[in-house]
Parts: sequence; structure tokens; C-alpha cells
Amino acid sequence: MKFEGKVIKYGDNVDTDVIIPARYLNTSDKKELASHCMEDLDTTFAGRVQKGDIMAAGFNFGCGSSREHAPIAIKESGISLVIAKSFARIFYRNAINIGLAILECPEAADSIEEGHIVEADLDKGIITDKTTGREFKTEPFPEFIQSIITNGGLVESIKNGSFK
Amino acid sequence: MGMTMTQKILAAHAGLDKVEAGQLILVNLDLVLGNDITSPVAIKEFNKLGAESVFDRDKVTMVMDHFAPNKDIKAAEQCKMCRDFCGEKDITNFYDVGEMGIEHALLPEKGLVVSGDAVIGADSHTCTYGALGAFSTGVGSTDMACGMATGKAWFKVPSAVKFELKGKLNQYVTGKDVILHIIGMIGVDGALYRSMEFTGEGLHSLSVSDRLCMANMAIEAGAKNGIFEVDDKTIEYVKEHSDREPVVYKADDDAVYDETYIIDLSEIKPTVSFPHLPENTHTVDEIDDIKIDQVVIGSCTNGRLEDLQLAAEIMKGKRVAKNVRTIIIPATQKIYLEAMEQGLLKIFIEAGAVVSTPTCGPCLGGYMGILAEGEKAVATTNRNFVGRMGHIDSEIYLASPAVAAASAIAGKIAEPKEVL
Repeated sequence: MKFEGKVIKYGDNVDTDVIIPARYLNTSDKKELASHCMEDLDTTFAGRVQKGDIMAAGFNFGCGSSREHAPIAIKESGISLVIAKSFARIFYRNAINIGLAILECPEAADSIEEGHIVEADLDKGIITDKTTGREFKTEPFPEFIQSIITNGGLVESIKNGSFK
Repeated sequence: MGMTMTQKILAAHAGLDKVEAGQLILVNLDLVLGNDITSPVAIKEFNKLGAESVFDRDKVTMVMDHFAPNKDIKAAEQCKMCRDFCGEKDITNFYDVGEMGIEHALLPEKGLVVSGDAVIGADSHTCTYGALGAFSTGVGSTDMACGMATGKAWFKVPSAVKFELKGKLNQYVTGKDVILHIIGMIGVDGALYRSMEFTGEGLHSLSVSDRLCMANMAIEAGAKNGIFEVDDKTIEYVKEHSDREPVVYKADDDAVYDETYIIDLSEIKPTVSFPHLPENTHTVDEIDDIKIDQVVIGSCTNGRLEDLQLAAEIMKGKRVAKNVRTIIIPATQKIYLEAMEQGLLKIFIEAGAVVSTPTCGPCLGGYMGILAEGEKAVATTNRNFVGRMGHIDSEIYLASPAVAAASAIAGKIAEPKEVL
């Protein structure tokens, strides 16, 4: 799987309360969730995000609540991939389970700036900042997790019998 | 190389003699939990799976607690969806208004978790049950859906950080102060992906209530789970609440820990986390005057009977400061009733506080105590993120029930000794 997009960048400890504030959790409608995505951190996000954009962030991205509404809102907003220095563990699972691509790469997350054009190859674990020309290598996911992602998430993996 | 408590429970539930950190395993679950916010998403995913029934009607539970009693029409629709699903699937442990409580206070009270269990819940504070020597962890709605259908979940076996407790807590210092101190020390990602295992002779002096509060906040250090070594108090608690036999897993003597911290409980002081991260801790004796607008005593962290008893002891015969809205939320119906019978509710009401029905309500900025721009609250809850309890320019200071009660009386963040 390959992605290319423009970067929207945030800092450390972006929590699920700012990704999607709990006051909007009285719905699970994806479009409605996406319309409030990042609202308490960046009121301009929902208006400027373009399909295919890549989100970059610092340490512990997605910390806090287990709300799957957070990766759902990000995915539905059009973000194709999140690159962070590290992910909070429930967010990490949820992203994989719903098929939102994520990559953990401290060097890339540090170096990539807002507005840069970035290309990422998930299978090889290679991130290229096309604006600066710098290339970063990260660990590809273990086979077990790659299989969940390529099958389109955990539900699909169970349905087609690949999850054992 | 030996195994940690967590690794032993995971191995047993994966049908393996031995597991190692980093290994990916499929675990058989004893309980799958969801609430009124996460379950609707899980139900949609469950229906996509095409499963006729849940894997075991006694091992799936849903608790209507976050926006219940229904805060608005949309919340009512979400609860109805859960109610209908549990009715259709004949789920034994569905807890609605009248029977419900805040999930992580309710499940141990109902005896649904015992030592040695493996539990997942679509709520990050599911790690609470580690206090009883269970492996329990928060997951998302898709994991919940697949757990409901298959009775299994995938895990990467975690490594662990050990906390060896010694000494005894001083008066008016609680498990909350200990866990805030620890998070302040290791940071909000200090235990990321790992287990926090609590052991040492000091743990025997901690009540089960204190342990539940501490395990509850393991997630605020990024941990996969927090777990306490089982002792006589655990067994007594489990036997009092459940018919199921506890299974005790002790770490091997040669278990490997990434780090070991020795915590002297007698040195812990009343501690507060400043906005906007739980790791921003200060001891109350070192801070300047911080005037407050609201106090919340409740939540899955600190809404238990012992928490209310402590708050009542400090508030008895006093009045809360003018303009400090003080909201007390017993975590379950049983706790509410016991607090009433013990005269605690009378103490709170006479002090000028309000007492609410059990709900998560204000902890996550749902309702029942939302903050306006610029307002400050002392809360016994677990998160003080930007906008968590209301306006993005409001502030939450996390504290114990003792500090929260004293702060309500003083009108500013205060230690119990300042008002007694």
C-alpha cells in the first residue's frame, strides 16, 4: 500500500478528546464525526483537510479514551495516513482494526513539516518527504497485522476466515 | 526467563505454557464490556460480521452510564440501540437506568470479574479490574464486536514495569495521590504498551477501593494494563461479590521487568494534576492559591463508598465556599443507597453540595456539570485534557476525594488539614 499527500502537522500527546470531543459522541454517524474532527485543537482542520492528506504528529498520538470515533473521524475526514513518533496503544489497535493506515517513525515525524508533500510505502516501511527529498525507514508491521490491514480491517478478516 | 503476572494470565488464556514479550497471541476472553457510547459502533460492526448470537450470553455486558439517564435525543437513541440488541441476543448482564452504575465501579460490585480473568472493554478505563488480579484492558468498538462474536481478542504480549510498594499511607492520603505521583514521575506515556505491576509489602495496607483507583489510571501512563498481586483482601472482596472461584497468578521470581520503581507510601503527599495532562503533578503544599468554580467527586476512579465516606468526613458540619458548585456522584445504585443509609448524602446536601444519580456525566464533558470559558474545577476524575469537562479554555485539576472536599470548603485547592 502506497500513499501520497500534503502534511497537516500537530505536536505531542494529541488526545482523543481533541480529536473528537465527547460532546459529539451521541452519534456514530461518520460524516458528522468528521465534521468536528480536531475541533478543540484546530478549528480550521475540518475546513481545510483534503482527501489523501497525511497527518503527522509527535509522541503518544491518540492517548486517552478508547473511542473508535477518533480514528473513524480522522479517516472519514479524508486523511490517508497518520505518521507519529508513537501512538497510544488503544488508538493503534483501533486504527488497524478499522483500516486507517498508521506508521510509527520518530525521525520522519520530527523532520516533516506542515504543507510538505510526503509519500509512504506501508509494506516496505519507507517514508519519503518529497519537499525535502529526505527518506526515512521504519519497521513494517508484523505479518499478522499486515494481514488485518490488507483484508480491510478486523471485521473483514474474521468474515473471510483469515483471522485465526 | 520467568513470566510476569500479566504474561501468566495471557498464556493461560491462550492455551500456551509460556509467552514472551512481543509475541502475538489470540486470547480467550472471560468478559466483553461496552457502554452506551462505544457499544452502538460495536453493534454496527457485529451486524456486519453476520453472527447470529454472541459467543456467550453471560460473558457480554453493556452498561448505560456515559450519557445516561439519556442527556438528549441522540443519547436516548444510542441507549435504545443497546437495549434492543441486548434484548434480541438475550444478554444476561445489561445494566440500564435503575440498575446501572459507572461501569468500572459496577462490574466488580456485581462480581462479574474475579482474579485471573481476561477481560476486554470498549472503554479505556477497563484496566480498573487489574486491582483484583485480572488482566483487563481497554479496546475499541471493533475489538468489542469481534470479542462478542468470537470470545477472542488478539494481543501483543506486553513487557512490564514493576512498582514495589512499601510503607503505609498517611491520613487523608489515598490511592489517587499514589497513582498521580507515579504518573507525574513516569509521564503520560511512561508505561506505553506495557503492564504496570504493583507488588510489595506496602500493597497489603491499601484498600481494594484504593487499588481499583490506581489500576483505573494505569491508562493515563499509557499502560496496556495495571495489575495488583492478589492478597487476602482481594480474595475476601472477590468471594463477597462473586460465586466464581478466583485464580491467583503470581509473577515468577525470575520474571523480567523493564524497570522497577520502589514507592514508599509514607512519603506520598496530597497530589494534584494541573491542566492539561495527568503528568503535570504538584503536591498541594507547594502550590499558590488557585481559586475554583466547581468540584466534582465521583467517576470510575473515585465514586466508590470509601471515597464518599472520606469526602463526608471532611465536609461534615461545614458549608462549601460561596460560588463553588459541588457535585457528588455516587458511582452505583448500591453505593448511593449505602451512602444514604450512612447519612453521607445528608452531610453533602447540608454542606451545599448536590448529589446526582450515577453517571459518567461531567468527567467527559457530557452533561451534569459542564465548565464555562475560564472556569476551574477540582475533580476526582481521571483526565484533565483540553476541553474535557467543557469549554476549551476551562481547567481541570485532578485530585483525591479528600483534596476535592477540602477544596470545595476552602474555595481554592486545599489540603484536608487546611479546613479541619
